[in-house]
Parts: sequence; C-alpha cells; structure tokens
Amino acid sequence: MANENNATSLRNEAWREELRKKLTAKERAAIARVKMPELSPSYRITCNEEVNQGITEEMALVEAQRCLDCPNPQCVTGCPVGINIPTFIKNIERGNFHQAAVTLKQTSALPSVCGRVCPQEKQCESKCIHHKMGHEPVAIGYLERFAADYERTHGTATAPEVAPANGKKIAVVGSGPAGLSFAGDMAKNGYEVTVFEALHEIGGVLKYGIPEFRLPNSIVDAEIDGLRAMGVKFEKDCIIGKTLTYDDLHSMGFSGIFVASGAGLPRFMNIPGENLNGIMSSNEYLTRVNLMGAGRPEWDTPVLRGKNVAIIGGGNTAMDSVRTARRMGAERAILVYRRSEEEMPARLEEVKHAKEEGVEFMTLHNPIEYLGDENGRVKTMRLQKMELGEPDASGRRSPVAIDGAVIDVDVDLVIVSVGVSPNPLVPKSVSGLEVSRRNTIVVNEETMQSSISDLYAGGDIVRGGATVILAMGDGRSAAAHMHEMLQQ
Amino acid sequence: MNKIISKEHFSEKVVKLVVEAPLIAKSRRAGHFVIVRACEHGERIPLTIADADVERGTITLVIQAVGVSTKKICALEPGEYLTDVVGPLGQATHIENYGTVVCCGGGVGVAPLLPILTAMKKAGNRVVSVLAARTKDLIILEDEVRKYSDDVIIMTDDGSYGNKGVVTVGVEEVIKRERVDKVITIGPAIMMKFVALLTKKYEIPTECSLNAIMVDGTGMCGACRVTVGGVTKFVCIDGPEFDAHEVDFDQLIMRLKSFN
Repeated sequence: MANENNATSLRNEAWREELRKKLTAKERAAIARVKMPELSPSYRITCNEEVNQGITEEMALVEAQRCLDCPNPQCVTGCPVGINIPTFIKNIERGNFHQAAVTLKQTSALPSVCGRVCPQEKQCESKCIHHKMGHEPVAIGYLERFAADYERTHGTATAPEVAPANGKKIAVVGSGPAGLSFAGDMAKNGYEVTVFEALHEIGGVLKYGIPEFRLPNSIVDAEIDGLRAMGVKFEKDCIIGKTLTYDDLHSMGFSGIFVASGAGLPRFMNIPGENLNGIMSSNEYLTRVNLMGAGRPEWDTPVLRGKNVAIIGGGNTAMDSVRTARRMGAERAILVYRRSEEEMPARLEEVKHAKEEGVEFMTLHNPIEYLGDENGRVKTMRLQKMELGEPDASGRRSPVAIDGAVIDVDVDLVIVSVGVSPNPLVPKSVSGLEVSRRNTIVVNEETMQSSISDLYAGGDIVRGGATVILAMGDGRSAAAHMHEMLQQ
Repeated sequence: MNKIISKEHFSEKVVKLVVEAPLIAKSRRAGHFVIVRACEHGERIPLTIADADVERGTITLVIQAVGVSTKKICALEPGEYLTDVVGPLGQATHIENYGTVVCCGGGVGVAPLLPILTAMKKAGNRVVSVLAARTKDLIILEDEVRKYSDDVIIMTDDGSYGNKGVVTVGVEEVIKRERVDKVITIGPAIMMKFVALLTKKYEIPTECSLNAIMVDGTGMCGACRVTVGGVTKFVCIDGPEFDAHEVDFDQLIMRLKSFN
C-alpha cells in the first residue's frame, strides 16, 4: 500500500534516524508513562470544566521519547483511521509540534476530538510494543491531544491542502463524527461538500451527547471551523427525508450522498412504570444539558433534577449521564448495571472518573419496575439481583436473575442508558434503499456503498451504536470509495 | 433564521404568525408539525403547521402564550426572526373519503385541525366541524373553518357564543342526528380524552393529534413517549396522530405536568 511505503520513507528520513539513536530502546522503556493532569474531583463536580487538563509541553517531550519508533508499528493497525502514529510522535520528540499536527490531520478530520474521546486503551495503545515488555503503553491519546491542542492554541493551524475544485457537489446527511470525517476527506479531494444537519447546532453527538467536561464544545467548533476553511458548507435545521428529499438533492445537482444520520432512537426496557415522570433516556437528559443549556442561567430549556438519581446501563453514555447528574446536584448518583464491572463497555478512564466523583456502582442489579408518587413522579425503583452465567453471543458472561432477590431503592430521577437504535427517519424516506431488520442501512462493508449506487452510509446508522472513531473510520472509507467511483 | 411576515392577534394570548420557510411550505402535508426556537438560548417547541403558501414560501403557525418560550414567540413582530424552524415533522394525516367526518377542535387546537378538515373536504367527505372554547373571544379561525365545512357547531363553556356547553355535547348532537364515519379531535388532552370516551360508546373510529413535551422532535430523546394500545410510542415520529380509543390519556396528562 502507498501508505506503508510512505510510512517507511518517512521513517528513513535522516532526522528520524538521528533521533532514534539519541536514546537506546532500554532507556526509552525505562521512562514512566506520563500521568494526565486532572481537576480535583471535589472541584470538578461543581462545574462543567474539562476534567483532563492536557499534558504540558515538557511532559509531551518526555512521553514522546518512550515511543520506540518500531519498524513495523502495530499501533497504526489499531487505529480505525490509520493515523501515522510514530511519525507524529517523533515530530513531537524533536519539538516540531506543527508537523505532528499536520501528520494527524492527514488522516483524521478531528484530532483534538479523538485525542479526548477515543478508547485508545482498546485501539492503538492496546497494540503498543511496551505491553510485550510488561510496561504501560505510550500515551498516544494524550500526545495526539497535545499536538492538536498546541496547534489550535498557538495559531499555527493551516488548513490541509485541498485539490483544485472538480465541480462536483456532494451532500452529507448529519454533522456528527462520520459526516465531518467524510466531509473533510471529500473537500481535500476537490469536491464541493454541503453537510445537512437536522438540529440547530453542528456536531451531532459531539455536541448533544458528549458532555463538556469530557469534550468542550469550543474544541468541536474549532474543528468545524477547520472544515469551513477547507470550503465545507453547513446547513442546519434541514432534515433530509423531510425538509428535502433524496430526489430534491439530485435535482439540486448533488452527485453523491453520504448518510451519517446516527443512532438517534433511544431504547427503553419496556418495564412497568417506565413512563412515569422523572424517567428519561440518556439522550434526553444529555441533550437538555449539553445542547440546550438546561441548568445554565439565561437558557430556557428546563431539566428535572433529583437528589437520588439512578442511571441504568454500563456504557460511556451511562457514565456521561451519571457524572452529569453529580454536576446537576444529585446527592446520590447510582449506576445500575446488570453485569459486573468487568463486563462494562465504558472506558476505564470514565469508570475511574465516575468513582472519584462519588458515583455509587450497583452492578449485578437490573430494574424490573418503577413505582410513582401521587403526582406520577418516580419514587422507587425495584431491582432484581443478578449473577453471571454462561458467556452470551457478545462473549461476555450473561446476567441471570437470582430467584426472589429483589430490592427497592428510593429514587427521584432515573436515566435509562441501555443503548440506541438507528433513527428510521432517513432510511425510510429513500425508496429502494436496503435496510436491515434493525433499521440500519445495509452497505458493502469495504466501500460503505448502499443498495443505491450513489448513496453511501456510515457511522451508527450502519453500525447501530458504536464509537466516534469507528464512525470516523467509516467516513474516511466511504470518501475514498465514493471518490474512486466518481472518477470513473 | 426565519422571518416573520405577518402577525395577527386572535385573542390576548393567541397569535397567528406567517413565517418564511419555503422548503417546509413545499414539503409539508396536513398533520405535520415544526420545531421552533425563538432565540439563541431558546427551547425547542413543537408547533403544528396550520397552513402553508407554496408560492409565497410561508407557513402559518398559531401559538398560545402559556410558558416562557411561547410567550417569547408571541412577542415577536413582523420583520423579526425566529432563530430556528425545522420540519416538517411527524406523520402526515391519512386522508381518504370516509363519508361523514366530524372535526372537533378545542381552543388553539382548531389551528392544526384546519388543514386536516380542509383536506378531508377536498377528498369528498361531508365535514361537520365542532369548535369549542371557554368563551366567545377564544373561538378562532371560524371563517376559515366554515369555508371547508358543510356544517359548523360552536360550543362555549359560558354560552357567550353558539351553544352553551362542552365540545362533547356538540359532537353527540351530530352523532345522534346523522351517521358519522370518522371523528378527528384536536385540543387539550382532557378534551380529547372525553371525545374519545364518547365516540368509543358509539364505536366511531377516532383520531386525535397529541401535543406532547418534546426536545428534538426527530425521535432522538423520547420525551414525548405515550402509551397507545399498551405499547410505548413516540409522538414525534410515530404520531402526532393516533387512534384516540387506544391512547392512555391519563398518562399523557400526567406527563404534560412533568415540569410543573
């Protein structure tokens, strides 16, 4: 592959060979992994400020030395967008932070976002050579964030090179991570790209879902401005399939459409009492607080508050919700999860942060009913105690109810965070589009092309609920293949 | 940003706005709604589209000032802008020739009822409209309703206009005097509940249009969930119209008080 050859030739550049000789592998391996500076738990639960403060220049220079610059770097294979990780890290080590950021931007449309929310411990960092020596991996995520932030805050950012305009118009449905990543790549290829967003803000789940204490909106806006500088246009308040149809897009001259409309339909458990007041989806809770500014002075949208708040689920969204509840004044914030902590899909960092912030974990418990007061507000959740049985289809040990072990817990707010389904709004509006039984758009997994030749799709509308980086990977892959198709 | 073209006061608290929204004007059908934000820090508020003019590229909204956001929307003047208008949302009304359709609206519910009764009339139905309000000043859009109705019955609680009594009295009067094939009801939840109870007794298929609390209006949040026939539905994408005999109105009324 061209990328590999390119990576090898970059690795063979004189400065990089020099740099490798500066320290022996043993010396590099002996350096301890950097610790992320964080706001103290007692302070951070009083506000929405970003918990992870980012590593300093000095820390980054030392951490970059830990990377052995492997001839066959496995970290890259763990990255869904294939960032040339050793090249960006070695640029940090030699103090060329700008070049490090340029390297990131070659393959990632949103490096300061990925540096914050990617599950690096399951991706790039899980493949790091340091594991084989019994050491902690290089802090690739922290370094990525450092390089991207450095460039943004030092004003050295330059828009990636854009090919001359080829006169072709491309429409993107949804401005979340998949759509933004796709838009960036297509703009680089010289297309005139318009991103249509249903909400009144650009950014999709990065804005309505992920809280500011994990990903500040200003970071997302800076990345979006970067795309604008590359010529990408954004149309908010426009729902494809409703405001404009697929056919309208054709008559407007769009020759390719990428659908990245996300997994916008919250799942509930369908248990008695679930429609009581004070029980809502994590999508509703987080959207009210993150997107609509509920709880901030001068913002009109209300949000229910509770003293005893339960969050049902064990994923990142559950962690985001329970940590938001603490910040919204919950005295007791309980995470209720039907398996054990080991099976939790949430990032380790989120679990750690949640615990530091005083979140109570009730694992191996599952709600079976809610009871309300005379006004219809939830006051009690009835939990079934569980134990772990045999592994299920996901490979995780499945939870089994323990007969007769039921307890009642006082709650006045419950956030249900048990997953999302794809939003049927767009798929249903395009006739002839093949959709799975779960309402996901069926695509060729390699090219992301749907059953309609000029319609590609990616992210949660295809996957049904995954991560920011996998969505971005889909966007990249769809862009590469649509570009190929449109050149023919 | 959507410009307000004209404004008319129906009563002290009820305002009609004609708003520039060319794409929505073109794609909307009877029964659709939009989500509106009055200002940069405003709430997202669902409003049913009362009318649209494709040529002029406008939609008509009727708003009753009851909360923070509806008051802000009602305070806007022609030439000013709504920060956001997005739509059309929801499922369009199913229109067909049923025979005789009774369309009953209470208060500002008459506004979303107007495009439906118009479409029902155009589809060949005999349309009997029953308009109800507390008092004479709150009866809105009477002339427009008359234009597409074969008969109109007005009910006021205080008897200041039309007949004295609640909406169900007027509906039952029609049911007793002629064959009714379909009833459409839009208004306060409590009113729709009693219309549904009445028509259930006579076994007349009845549709209601629900106005639930919403945030995004596109299926994302689930704030608008309602129990219909024992199953949880989202008003925004499954509705806003449902079989009135299957809707759990008591739950809906309770959920509308979430923030009280």
